[in-house]
Amino acid sequence: MIRVSVPCISIAGGEKLYPSSRGAIMALRGIDLDVADGEFVSLLGPSGCGKSTLLRCIAGLEQLSAGTASIHGQPILSPPDGIAMVFQRDALLDWRSIIGNVVIAAQLRGHRAALYRDRGMALLERFGLAGFADRYPWELSGGMRQRVAICRALLMEPTILLMDEPFGALDAMTRDDLNVELIRMWQASRRTVVFVTHSIAEAVFLSDRIAVLSRGPGRIEELMKVDLPRPRDLGVRETPAFAAHVAHLRAVFTRLGLMTT
Amino acid sequence: MNDPDTKLHNSAVTAMVFVALLLAWEVGVRISGVAPILLPAPSAVARELANAPGFFLRESAYTVVSTLAGFALALLIGVVLAIAIVGSRWLERLIWTVLVVLNSLPKVALAPLFVIWMGLGVAPKVAVAVLLALFSIVVDTVLGLRTVDPDVTALVRISRAGWLREMLLIRLPGALPALFAGMKVAISFALVGAIVGEFVGGSSGLGTVILIAQGQFDTTRVFAALVLLGIIGAALFHLLEIAERLLIPWHLSQRSR
Repeated sequence: MIRVSVPCISIAGGEKLYPSSRGAIMALRGIDLDVADGEFVSLLGPSGCGKSTLLRCIAGLEQLSAGTASIHGQPILSPPDGIAMVFQRDALLDWRSIIGNVVIAAQLRGHRAALYRDRGMALLERFGLAGFADRYPWELSGGMRQRVAICRALLMEPTILLMDEPFGALDAMTRDDLNVELIRMWQASRRTVVFVTHSIAEAVFLSDRIAVLSRGPGRIEELMKVDLPRPRDLGVRETPAFAAHVAHLRAVFTRLGLMTT
Repeated sequence: MNDPDTKLHNSAVTAMVFVALLLAWEVGVRISGVAPILLPAPSAVARELANAPGFFLRESAYTVVSTLAGFALALLIGVVLAIAIVGSRWLERLIWTVLVVLNSLPKVALAPLFVIWMGLGVAPKVAVAVLLALFSIVVDTVLGLRTVDPDVTALVRISRAGWLREMLLIRLPGALPALFAGMKVAISFALVGAIVGEFVGGSSGLGTVILIAQGQFDTTRVFAALVLLGIIGAALFHLLEIAERLLIPWHLSQRSR
């Protein structure tokens, strides 16, 4: 295969070891993954497969023990420019209003909050939270809080959005809503997204490609392209093509002994 | 729990208990005929206060001023020390060692030394108050500054915020609840410190009033000063609670109020 351009994110021979009292524990082994600009890739796997670790290595929060990780050809040695992260627990600051929690992304980078207030308000409006700008996190539901966390991540217009099981703690209906809102946002902006999840349906619905990880040590068992038309809405989940993708992934997990039939 | 009716009801109950206790004390003293030099009746204490309101006000003000000055200094020094402790491992070891040694000394025993150093004015009172109030502020503030959600730490690192911005935007505001917990303990200690300072030397303040009245076996006056100290202590604590409610309405402990 001839590569015409440098991939956005590139991991080659990625390996991660954690020291422990009974020798080193291998969390990741033999990870090879390229993510193109504007691509939506999910890391799908059971808990403990190292998918969050892989995401943290891309974020520059941790370093691979062996192999290379780079963004646009630059090795990731510390948190790179132009990335933002959304966490499973929203990590909102209790003492800040909703708009305050969004503009902190600018303040942490040394910008004045006032300059980003309008942009923050526009984001809140896009996620249906315009009326809540002056409320506090504890007054909002889990789904609304996670929307605020997404607005905070988008404020500085990152080129890469890293999402670590962002909807894992939400109920099924709220999760569906947020999936739709996320896909709408992504279709409008085409950022590069790396999305960690353990939900097969969520991964198929959102992604261009899915990397299936197994555990002990975490490795990529399969890279699957999702052949579903875009733009997608929740209706796509009723189609035979969607069901076929889900069935295939189930079969992979069953083969790996990670799921019983 | 937080509707105004219940609140009013609670205050009424507190007031009634208080009045009942005072009544029992008054009646008990009158029936038993105990000597006023041992236990004066509340009415006698009230008369004592009413006879010299200017005097008691002046002496109270002196004690309140040294208490507040000591508290404010302890707050300032305590927060700075806590930031230093959290900021540097080397400073942490240095400051903790000194603080722990200082705190293991009975600080009351240092009061005479301060009189030698600083004379009989307000300075030694403030110094003892600072010493007594400092430890709880440092300990609680350090705890507050260190308690940061790991995801928030990741957010800070990804934003490449640096030490100062993390301190100002994340750690200090996040430490406010713990700081208030420390301040509530510290304010009572500061009052104790001010009184101890007055005990060892000087000519003003409620501590001095108690000391002089004790020499004259004027038990009623001792009680009058004690009542004022009780009121001052409760008022200072209550003021802190009001400040807490205004400054950290977002905190879990404040939401149901």
